Amino acid sequence: MEISTAIFYLVAAVTVGSAAMVAFSRNIIHSAFSLLGTFAGVAGIYVFLGADFVAGVQVLVYVGGILVLILFAVMLTHRITDVQITNRSAGRIPGLVVVAILFVLLVQSIGETPWAKAKEVVYKATTASIGDLFLGDYLLPFELASLVLLAALIGAVVLARQEIKE
Amino acid sequence: MVGLTHYLVIGAILFCLGLYTVLTRRNAISILMGVELILNSANINYVAFAHYSSGSLDGQIYAIFVIMLAAAEAAVGLAIVLAIFQLFHTIDVAATETLRE
Amino acid sequence: MDHPIQTDYLRWIVLLPLLGAVWNGLLGAQLQKRLGKWVISLFACGPVVGSFLLSVAAFQDLLSREPEQRFLIDRVYPWITLATLNVDVAFWVDPLSAVMILVVTGIGGLIHIYSVGYMHDDRSFWRYFAFLNLFTFAMLMLVTADNLLLMFIGWEGVGLCSYALIGFWYHDHVNTRAGNKAFLVNRVGDFGFILGIFLIFWSLDHHGHATVTFREIQKFVSLLQGQEIWGIGVITLATLFLFLGATGKSAQIPLHVWLPDAMQGPTPVSALIHAATMVTAGVYMIVRLHFLYSLAPLTLHVVAFIGLATALGAATIALTQTDIKRVLAYSTISQLGYMFLGAGVAAYGAAIFHLMTHAFFKACLFLGSGSVIHAMGGEQDMRNMGGLRRHMPWTFLTFTVAVLAIAGTPLTAGFFSKDEILWQAFSSPHGTPLLWFFGVVGAGLTAFYMFRQLFLVFFGECRANHHVKEHLHESPAVMTLPLVVLAVGSIVAGWIGAPAAFAPMFGPNLFAAWLEPVVGGRHEAQGSATLEEILMVLSVSVAAAGVYLAYRMYFKRSLSPERFSSLANGRPYRLFFNKYYVDEFYQSVFVDGALKLARVGAWIDEHIIDFIVDGSAKTTAFVSWLNGLFDNYVIDGLVNAVADGTFWAGGKFRKVQTGNINSYLYVILGAVIVVIIVKLRYGS
Repeated sequence: MEISTAIFYLVAAVTVGSAAMVAFSRNIIHSAFSLLGTFAGVAGIYVFLGADFVAGVQVLVYVGGILVLILFAVMLTHRITDVQITNRSAGRIPGLVVVAILFVLLVQSIGETPWAKAKEVVYKATTASIGDLFLGDYLLPFELASLVLLAALIGAVVLARQEIKE
Repeated sequence: MVGLTHYLVIGAILFCLGLYTVLTRRNAISILMGVELILNSANINYVAFAHYSSGSLDGQIYAIFVIMLAAAEAAVGLAIVLAIFQLFHTIDVAATETLRE
Repeated sequence: MDHPIQTDYLRWIVLLPLLGAVWNGLLGAQLQKRLGKWVISLFACGPVVGSFLLSVAAFQDLLSREPEQRFLIDRVYPWITLATLNVDVAFWVDPLSAVMILVVTGIGGLIHIYSVGYMHDDRSFWRYFAFLNLFTFAMLMLVTADNLLLMFIGWEGVGLCSYALIGFWYHDHVNTRAGNKAFLVNRVGDFGFILGIFLIFWSLDHHGHATVTFREIQKFVSLLQGQEIWGIGVITLATLFLFLGATGKSAQIPLHVWLPDAMQGPTPVSALIHAATMVTAGVYMIVRLHFLYSLAPLTLHVVAFIGLATALGAATIALTQTDIKRVLAYSTISQLGYMFLGAGVAAYGAAIFHLMTHAFFKACLFLGSGSVIHAMGGEQDMRNMGGLRRHMPWTFLTFTVAVLAIAGTPLTAGFFSKDEILWQAFSSPHGTPLLWFFGVVGAGLTAFYMFRQLFLVFFGECRANHHVKEHLHESPAVMTLPLVVLAVGSIVAGWIGAPAAFAPMFGPNLFAAWLEPVVGGRHEAQGSATLEEILMVLSVSVAAAGVYLAYRMYFKRSLSPERFSSLANGRPYRLFFNKYYVDEFYQSVFVDGALKLARVGAWIDEHIIDFIVDGSAKTTAFVSWLNGLFDNYVIDGLVNAVADGTFWAGGKFRKVQTGNINSYLYVILGAVIVVIIVKLRYGS
């Protein structure tokens, strides 16, 4: 087995394993920290797919941003002294059954579908080309995205600081 | 040799785990975590198809947009969670079923 | 032509008047109240004078270059960029538009200055100048636009300002009606103009060269030859549509009816808009698009015919009018007819030449008549004037010079330009001696009615009442000075375009040479210089005959005008006096026609539709009574049953709405799974 293939399986295992922790852990803090493994693993997978820029964005935004946000939210909504930092689940068995059926079907369709093949699989730095695309073909969505982010920013502030009168 | 199928299967696994999280958790923050897993699985598919099937960068661009939207979603979603917490003093979604009949 | 020279000052020629208009339009009312009218005058005249100086600079710039390279352009910004269509907001100055901007800013500037004196007592001084500046802006845009769309904006802009200034004294209902009429009649023409633009654009698009820019149209126009639509050549149709626009703006038959009524506006407005500049826009447009018109001989014939008909028709009407400004209005229509006659025989240079000289003497005439009206305290009927030459020497002098020019007295500007058109009508490949003949008849009529006006107003005994007489005075210098400048122009402006016969005196025909890079050379073919001189002498003698007749009738009074007006039972006289009943015709056909149609519609409404409606209402009432019975017993029963059933089902189903996100998700997932299974099993 080649070393790169071995590393791929290692990364894949970390990703899937920590995702499973997110799904099954009883403690919400554990879940949140496992999410770190998943996000980092997905970033690694991006690297394997030759998407260096997306991998960077993944680390910056997910690990640096969203994860911290989630941890903050967990801390703010649970008193640390509270013993009940548990993460209650309900309806595990039916959930498991439905998801298992779905998984089988997904894998089946992945196997059966004749996926299109690119002429050649290339690995090269993508940042410059992505920059060109953002300021070229995707200029309008790019600008709209900034508006969406601004709206989300304002919306989050308004929602979070709203005083609720009993 | 690692190929497209491997990535798609990883995506499928992450998707199912995310779905399971969303289905079974009662804690709003956990549900959001599940949503993040689902988004990540979709992103893996985007980037994998961009790499193996199309050969162009469009898939990566979409992945970046998804990440951007995920950030916006997390910010607003968590703000809603905080608002719910202020209102109900819990973030258990079972306790917030005021929309039922 | 292929390599326009980029500049960045042309835009200010156009924009300075706009700045003046915005300034006076927004702040004028306050400024006038606080600081007085001189501020308004400063901000109104300043920009136009500035534009004039810049135009002179542009003119110098052109002069310093080779004839083939006389082409300046100023691209301000790209306006429309759509597939292959590129429209810039760009101003260009070539020899043709250079003539136009000099006329517009030069004569426009003089009229602005004159207006300071003329409008001095008006309360809405600022509003007047805001519109006058806005007009100058729109007119400059019209003549410097480098594409049809921008030109159309200017075209509509001058129309709007014309409307606003005709109805300037809006307290009088007659004035607002005249404004409305001008605007509505112009709409008809503009409709044709815009159809023409669309047609050119659409047919060029067929060849992959969608464009509205003049230079590019000229480049690709050969592609359109032979292309047909409804069996008519595209070029012919497009030029006819455009010519309809020109007849509206330039008051040609059949859309000439608005111009006489436009005299309701202040007299300087009549001079600027309805004599010197706006009404010549149609001529300018045809000359600007001469490369299209030259390819459409049929359209050229139509243009020449309409021009000649207008020249003669308006001249005959002018014979009988008694209002000092209306005579001038019909004279303007008639002179515009001459310009179209020139354009119609493909003598574009001659048309523009006449446009320029006409701007001088007609502006001078209007301003002179304004001076008279000013002195007479608003009196406009020539029958109540007379003997004014003793009271208003400057006005009299300048007015006389202008009358001499328009009548075609040798060596004045009008003589050269009119004879150039007549000669071209005779000798050009598109002309015939018949066109020349009727043109000369019109020239004779012109000489007659202009001298009639001169004698009636300035000679003989004053027929005004003593109250007016006491107030007779010469106008202030701010009004007479522009008159003097224009009078000088009425003489010397023609010298730059003198024909070969006068070469020893005035040098070669500079004007034709100047326009040659744009409109091509002057037709020198057919007939020698001798023939040209003979025709010249003929037309001058016809004009002299007209003058002599006017002299006998209105100066010596040895020949009674009634002898002519009662000819053939006075029928021709009544026809002329009533302007060929065109207004009445339009009123009865279009206006009354529309009203009649409305009345027919109303009758149908009242008798037929109402009957049907009433009938159906009664039927409906009966049916609904039957229906009511059915409703109460059958439908209601069913409805109640359904409602009960729904209520019962809702009671069962509302348990589904748990408010629990998880349970909703299960439902969605179940559906997704089913879809995937179906797809895997039965999908291809």
